[in-house]
Amino acid sequence: MKLLSVSAKFALFLVLLCGIGYPVLMTGVAQVLFPIPANGSLIVKNGVPVASSLIGQNFTRKDEFHPRPSATPGPDGNGSVPYDAAFSSPSNLGPTTKSYLSGVKQAVDQYRSENHLSSGETVPDDAVTASGSGLDPDIGLDNAMYQVRRIAAERKIPKETLKRLVRETATPPQFGFLGPWRVNVVKLNLALDLLSATAIRPHGG
Amino acid sequence: MTYHSISQMIVFFLVAGLSAPLVGRYLAWIYEGKDTAVERGTYRYLGIDPDSEMTWKTYGQTLLASNALCFLIGFMVLWFQGSLPFNPRHLPSLSAPVAFNTAASFVTNTNWQAYAGEAQLSNLSQMISITFLMFVGAATGFSALMAILRGFVRSRGATVGNFWKDFFRFLYRAFLPACALMALILVEQGVPQTLKEIRTLHPVDGGTQTLVLGPVAALESVKNLGTNGGGFYNANAAHPFENPTPLANMIEMFGMLTFTFSLPFLFGRLLKRSRQALAFFAVIWILYAGGYGLMQYSEQSIAPAIASMGVGSPVSEAMTPGNMEGKETRFGITQTSLFSNTTIAATTGAVDAAMDSLNPIGIGVALFHMFLNEEPGGKGVGFAGFLKEAVLAIFLAGLMVGRTPEFLGKKIEPREVKLAMLSSLVTPVLVLGLTGLALLLPAGKAGIDNPGPHGFSEVLYGYASGNANNGSAMGGLAASSPFYAVSIGIEMLFGRYLPLLPLLALAGSLVRKPIHPRTAGTFETDGFLFVVLMLGFMVVVTALTFLPAMTLGPIVEHMFMRTGGAF
Repeated sequence: MKLLSVSAKFALFLVLLCGIGYPVLMTGVAQVLFPIPANGSLIVKNGVPVASSLIGQNFTRKDEFHPRPSATPGPDGNGSVPYDAAFSSPSNLGPTTKSYLSGVKQAVDQYRSENHLSSGETVPDDAVTASGSGLDPDIGLDNAMYQVRRIAAERKIPKETLKRLVRETATPPQFGFLGPWRVNVVKLNLALDLLSATAIRPHGG
Repeated sequence: MTYHSISQMIVFFLVAGLSAPLVGRYLAWIYEGKDTAVERGTYRYLGIDPDSEMTWKTYGQTLLASNALCFLIGFMVLWFQGSLPFNPRHLPSLSAPVAFNTAASFVTNTNWQAYAGEAQLSNLSQMISITFLMFVGAATGFSALMAILRGFVRSRGATVGNFWKDFFRFLYRAFLPACALMALILVEQGVPQTLKEIRTLHPVDGGTQTLVLGPVAALESVKNLGTNGGGFYNANAAHPFENPTPLANMIEMFGMLTFTFSLPFLFGRLLKRSRQALAFFAVIWILYAGGYGLMQYSEQSIAPAIASMGVGSPVSEAMTPGNMEGKETRFGITQTSLFSNTTIAATTGAVDAAMDSLNPIGIGVALFHMFLNEEPGGKGVGFAGFLKEAVLAIFLAGLMVGRTPEFLGKKIEPREVKLAMLSSLVTPVLVLGLTGLALLLPAGKAGIDNPGPHGFSEVLYGYASGNANNGSAMGGLAASSPFYAVSIGIEMLFGRYLPLLPLLALAGSLVRKPIHPRTAGTFETDGFLFVVLMLGFMVVVTALTFLPAMTLGPIVEHMFMRTGGAF
């Protein structure tokens, strides 16, 4: 009996210390030291939070950069609501599953025709595969450069200007060697809108 | 492999390898010396005497009783979530099977997730059920290891230490401070840490996007340092809020290995045999690094069926092409392969990519690590399992040369070998038995997502993960269905305590024996020969036990994938 009462005290004490004290204390310190990341790295435009710089969004218009395919389900865990940040999920499909292969084939065909790829050009692997979270904010540089063709035609902006925009927005490997080169689609599309706005009014209107 | 891949691998291996002896030395130190005022206060509140030593039986009973009470609290919180406060989204309670599965999962340091974090748990549940149990599970495993090590270190003793003292020394002097530090570094990199649960965004293209926030960094750091692995979000460490940058990815991997890689050195310090520590570490490291090599090789290749569609970018510094299904762009193939191998080897079970979408060899590597489960294995218990393998390998070597085997000066006799075997048998019985059962029952078959051998791997992986207290999953398996929630829930409890109790008994038996001095006839356990013996024993026994099952899953799937077959 003594063992049980000690164990009960032990469990309650740890709920207070590790379950409440520790996370609440860390919240206080983090909110003071790093308030922006601690609250979700929000991008605010005209006082309205429009995005998190870490979470991808489902851009589908022809004149925007498209993110990777996303397998996030609807709120009840079924169906498909791409880039639903309230339910992260990968596709969970394996490389010998027919439905997976046909899905990739469809994405490949769509990507080729949308971006006018020649038959000799390979489709970047990240453009036709769903990410692990379904919320990947980034795409590879090859993927972005292929999409420049479509967007240049849609927005009537020179390709070279758009390529420069991609390179300027791109994220290099951290410390020069950690992770690949990549570009954040949310930031890229916001920068693209800004570029279009200034292109229409070249001398500040 | 490109220069870019190799530089990331080398830096990580160096940091993890070189810090291990230092951390080991620190961990040996925390169990020495006087109690601090905070520790004395804690013992007074609990009403226990920290200096009363326990026999292995008392130690085991204390461990079980304390864990049982924690399990109960964790279960109640989830089962009554709907009626508890601080639930602004009015999320309902978890069903009894899923609440049971989750509490069992987190108290046993498994962190198998039959629920979807951000969609089903309130921040209160994430704190007082999940985060709380993460600390309990990890610190309990570590304490059990200390008791087992004392069996080898003490000569003609009767007791193996005091559970409460072992628990709080580790918690106060190593675990909590390390978690707090890591949480702050992760926040700086972008991991949220707030008590606000919901944030609605208004994207420029219209519509809304809902972010789920919470005390993520606090959970994320204990998840890795405790080799727990349960994520705040459904996608675990693939979610950008759990793992926002390549540096965060490296820090999380380092967190999984820092305590586990240091255990051979802790043991060497207690034994005062530093060469022995190096020999143990060599065995563990070779199996760990070999797994990484295979994982990287597997994931760099694109399935021929996909490549024939004209998919694949050139190898450039921009990106290493490979199997990007279920992987995140910011990690690429190299960071993902390092993480996947580390998380399974250290039985953390956190994932920064979808295990279900790995190529078959990658799945095979994960399964092999889980069958072995001790290179380095989970917090504490992994290394205890490693010592059990050493006892068995020495016994076999003794049989071959016809003398009474001795390990670290202690005679290995029938009782020790029986207890070690008893502990060893748990894995094949649970994993193979339950996989077979699931495949026979309609409820088991209904939970499979992918068809063909990949679907078989999903079931085998689920039970391997539950038994190994790993917690990673091939996510297609319907883990929340009552059949899998209950069967894996029971398996996790068995997989944790059934091998652990014989090992405590083994320690109780060894501690009574005298330590014989080394003579010319002693089989040296700190040299090259011993490393080869251990590697051979561990790999051959695992292969003999599990090769048939591996053949039905990843091996046959690999053949189909290479020839373009699909199901």
